[in-house]
Amino acid sequence: MSQTTYLEAIRQGIWEEMERDDRVFILGEDVGAYGGAFKVTQGMLDRFGALRVIDTPISESAIVGAAIGAAYMGLRPVAEMQFIDFISCAFDQITNVAAKSRYRWGAGVPIVVRGPSGGGVHGGPFHSQNPEMYFFHTPGLKIVAPATAYDAKGLIKSAIRDEDPVICLEHKFLYRRIKETLPADEYTVPIGKAAIRRRGNGMTVLTYGAMVYVALDAAAQLTHEGIDLEVVDLRTLLPLDRDLVLESVRKNSKVFVLHEDTRTGGIAGEICAIINEEAFEYLDGPVLRVTAPDTPVPFSPPLEEYFLPKVSDVLATARRLASY
Amino acid sequence: MEREKPAGVASGEVGRSRRVTRKSVSRPVTRAIDPETHRRMLRFMALARELEDRIERKLYRQGKILGGVYVGRGQEAIGVASAIQTLPDDVICPSHRDMGAFLVRGMTPPRVLAQYMGRRDGYTRGRDGNLHMGDLGLNIIAFVSMLADSVPIAAGIALSFRIRKQNRVVLCYFGDGATSRGDWHEGMNLAGVRKLPVVFICNNNQYAYSTPLAAQMAVANVADRAASYGMPGETIDGNDVLAVYESVRQAIARARAGEGPTLIECRTFRMTGHSAHDDASYVPKRLFKEWESKDPILRYEQWLLREGVLRRTDIDYVHRSVIEEVDRAVEWAEDNPYPPAEDCLRGVYHE
Repeated sequence: MSQTTYLEAIRQGIWEEMERDDRVFILGEDVGAYGGAFKVTQGMLDRFGALRVIDTPISESAIVGAAIGAAYMGLRPVAEMQFIDFISCAFDQITNVAAKSRYRWGAGVPIVVRGPSGGGVHGGPFHSQNPEMYFFHTPGLKIVAPATAYDAKGLIKSAIRDEDPVICLEHKFLYRRIKETLPADEYTVPIGKAAIRRRGNGMTVLTYGAMVYVALDAAAQLTHEGIDLEVVDLRTLLPLDRDLVLESVRKNSKVFVLHEDTRTGGIAGEICAIINEEAFEYLDGPVLRVTAPDTPVPFSPPLEEYFLPKVSDVLATARRLASY
Repeated sequence: MEREKPAGVASGEVGRSRRVTRKSVSRPVTRAIDPETHRRMLRFMALARELEDRIERKLYRQGKILGGVYVGRGQEAIGVASAIQTLPDDVICPSHRDMGAFLVRGMTPPRVLAQYMGRRDGYTRGRDGNLHMGDLGLNIIAFVSMLADSVPIAAGIALSFRIRKQNRVVLCYFGDGATSRGDWHEGMNLAGVRKLPVVFICNNNQYAYSTPLAAQMAVANVADRAASYGMPGETIDGNDVLAVYESVRQAIARARAGEGPTLIECRTFRMTGHSAHDDASYVPKRLFKEWESKDPILRYEQWLLREGVLRRTDIDYVHRSVIEEVDRAVEWAEDNPYPPAEDCLRGVYHE
């Protein structure tokens, strides 16, 4: 079986949904003849035509606004942010129009806003961000952040079929670095379900995106120290899979959260609060955090390497937690 | 701060004040408007006026309506003469001074009042207030407080018509102040680039809250902005119902013919403060006097009488009937219960 990259998996997912449902269309910057800055939409213009693969002006707010309008009329728009950093320009349309529409007047907004997020490719402050928490705080939105090619395909398909606005954070570091053999048959991955990437006893790390691999690398090393780390890949950030998170916490009693996003107001804080409220009596130590520091994502290689959470950070935190 | 007025705006007459500011729009002879349409237009203008007067001058002051109240008194011709020309499949994206457009498209005074009062059967079931309401069944899109957010949405609606090869149009409304927002420009540009079937209708009432036009934009007319987006723009007398009708008629025809969007700037005046709590002390009193004499309903009635379309008794009947209709609507809305408190939690996501 041939191996499929994370990027190709997303492309396949969108492609299959466009074949399956003629309400699905793509809009964004350079998504047509150019095939998108990262080539996620390559070949789609030829296959689906200019009415369903629409190049837009550089207007992120209008891209999302137009997607909302088309969704009101029954279509299923997939809006690309060329880099997810630019989603800030569409913040208002996403948080005030899309997120509140169903609640306010019963008009659902089944749109997907997707794009490459994350660091590790020396993209600098505006091509490396992790914007999840700007949106995590907004009721009405869903946020997915796949770590595997399988999930990248399955989640984009679920996002397109979802009745509510879904933000898909594709980790650009994984685009061409991750490959796996995908099932020949069609499948989807449900939104709102986490996955256990490595079963372990005695300690759990909760993570997502590219940090899943950092966690797995650390877990492999920790076995030599007698720490059997369970790695939970959240996959969906909103809504969080509270059941699986709490199940793992109750089983292992020691837990920390690892994310590439910055520390203050990161998702680790919310997860920590949930664990505190729901599973306090099961804990044998504090809920710790491994995160990026509270700085913009820097450009220069040593700076960015310092910024991104590393295996050594995970090892240190696991050892600290083990000492309780 | 006074700017040059577009030709005809000060005339106080009906049906002869229009100025094309940029690209010329082809102008076939105005088709006669049938008497029934005239009667309906007058009725919807009078109904919008009566309903908003009741809301602002009575119910709000009685404490029966909470929150913001933003009325379109003196601007009724714009929403009515435009929306009345839409077909059921066409879509409108109204804004906060377009009560007439909501009514023309099928929203009813009882539920509008329930909406203002936060009652169960308001169009948002108490989730939102005032004219923040929509109904996909009526093809009315709800707006949000962030002005001009509906402009890219209107472009997207029109894009969906293009994708599905449907011969439908969108009417998108906003005020002069909204044209300063980035979303306005992004949406206009997208509509222009793709030649989408949208009619952009500006209620230029010359004040955005307290900020006059001259502090809002560096060009003389909102319509001047159309040139940047490759679409025709024109400035018309927004208090002249027939001028609005004709201009929108041509713009809809252009849109349906695949000739793209149009920007229509309707010059009017906000005869109130920004909202019910605003006494508009910053507006020179003489402007209120001047524009009172150009009241769109009175002017229309004079024209209808002069042309023999309606008789005085017909007009009196229209006013009596809308007062009675609003009386009944107020009674209904006041009897309508509040939503159950736990309804707060429902409907954030698809259920």
